Amino acid sequence: MNRNIFTTIALALLAMILPLGAFASEHNDGEKKDGIDAQGIIFEHLGDGYGWEVPFNHHKRMPLPVIVWGSDGLHVFSSSRVTGGEIYRDGNAEFKIAGKDSEYKGKVVEIIDGKEVKPTIDISITKNVCGVFIAVLLVIWAIMSVAHWHRTQGMKGPRKMVGAIEFVILFIYDGVIKPTLKDKANKFAPYLLTVFFFILIMNLLGLIVIFPGGANLTGNIAVTLVLAIITFLITNLFATKHYWKEIFNPDVPWWLKYPLPIMPIIEIFGVFTKPAALTVRLFANMMGGHMIVIVLTLLIFIFAAMGPVVTGATAVVSVIFSVFMLLIDVLVSFIQAYVFTMLSTLFIALGQEEGHHEKGHDKAEEPAKTQPATQG
Amino acid sequence: MELFTPDFGLIFWMFVSFAILFVILWRWGWPAIMKGVSDRADLIDKGVEYAQNAKEQLDHAREEADKYIADARRQQADMLREADKMKTQIIEEARAAAQTEAKKVMDAAKVSIEQDRKEAQQQFRNEVSTFALDIAQKVVRNQMKDEKAQEKLVNSLLDEIEKQN
Repeated sequence: MNRNIFTTIALALLAMILPLGAFASEHNDGEKKDGIDAQGIIFEHLGDGYGWEVPFNHHKRMPLPVIVWGSDGLHVFSSSRVTGGEIYRDGNAEFKIAGKDSEYKGKVVEIIDGKEVKPTIDISITKNVCGVFIAVLLVIWAIMSVAHWHRTQGMKGPRKMVGAIEFVILFIYDGVIKPTLKDKANKFAPYLLTVFFFILIMNLLGLIVIFPGGANLTGNIAVTLVLAIITFLITNLFATKHYWKEIFNPDVPWWLKYPLPIMPIIEIFGVFTKPAALTVRLFANMMGGHMIVIVLTLLIFIFAAMGPVVTGATAVVSVIFSVFMLLIDVLVSFIQAYVFTMLSTLFIALGQEEGHHEKGHDKAEEPAKTQPATQG
Repeated sequence: MELFTPDFGLIFWMFVSFAILFVILWRWGWPAIMKGVSDRADLIDKGVEYAQNAKEQLDHAREEADKYIADARRQQADMLREADKMKTQIIEEARAAAQTEAKKVMDAAKVSIEQDRKEAQQQFRNEVSTFALDIAQKVVRNQMKDEKAQEKLVNSLLDEIEKQN
């Protein structure tokens, strides 16, 4: 405990001294960097990119493959050829990363007759894609290690990492999936557990500042959208007759269905708002958390213009708040993964309703409707 | 806002990655874990049940043993009591037998003593009468040594007879 306090103080002092040095050196360079582009930095950190930043060096990037379908076919080249702002010539096609004022800002574009044209298909292994791969590998490694352990010595008590992972698996399975889906739990458990661990690992990876973390995965709407679409597909593809009957011909007074089908319209709308809610909740929560940490860090540099004392004070406060926010984000990472899994389970369970037990239907619907409002 | 427009490349790779992840875990991951967990739960349940049974049996065994011990004690006590009874009975019988035997012996002794006594009495009487006759003979002979005394006796005897007549 004492050591922790000491470390915190030491870090705070370091944070106070470092900007002074930076400030001093900046002054020697001249006063060209008066203000910083806070918005640019925030969006750069939250967004995607070709190549992965090397820790502590803003200019060097780990090259990643760019895969684009240009005007004359497939082009695959290293991102290091364009991340510096250069124009790369691959065969007859020329590529570069669009500049700030371009319509396709930050994306690889093909230059045709001096005009920037977005390639038909751009499936480059960007930073986020690479992050997703890393997350996939980590999840596979984590779960397969537990599975392997179960195959080889399952009758013993699990300890250490296997025990911890197994605890989380059972926490989700016994706490969320089993009570909601009941006898159908085993059918959907593989998907729901996979989603939970995938999101959890992606969330946690996003909190690590340097490689292999640092990619803002679950704070990217494409990632959450895909997960929500899969839940949407599973919900509707495995849905029962009763579910569809409730949508197109719900059990309400006739004047709500005829002549104007108010209820069916609302229900159909609801089918699509569910995945939308899933997408936006996770995305907004994680992006918000990241944004706060980045803004807190940026405050130091924003206040750097006001002199060393203010900068030092801001640094201490910002670091403390950043650490606090990151710790909360660790908690949020788990909560968001949990909530996404829980909502997916509820949506799937709604699609599994059978007509004869109406009570269970009401019970399952209630939390599904209140959760997005409270958690979001 | 670039943050709110999903990027096609990322969506594509995300689908691919998730599909691979799901297939791998669905095929080799979750079933093994779920089976392992439920198997272990079964094993633990069985173990608990077994332990409970064993405990019950143990308790039962202790009870049984206590019962047996109590039984044995009772039997022992019974046997002791019986032996005691038998002992007293034997002693009693022996005493009775001894008494009758003693009585028989005593009776026989009494009879023989009586006989002896009678015989002795008879003998004594015979001896006494012989002695008395001898003594009387001697006394008479002594007294009747002179004529006078014989005459006097005859006279007195005659007197007596006279008086009687």
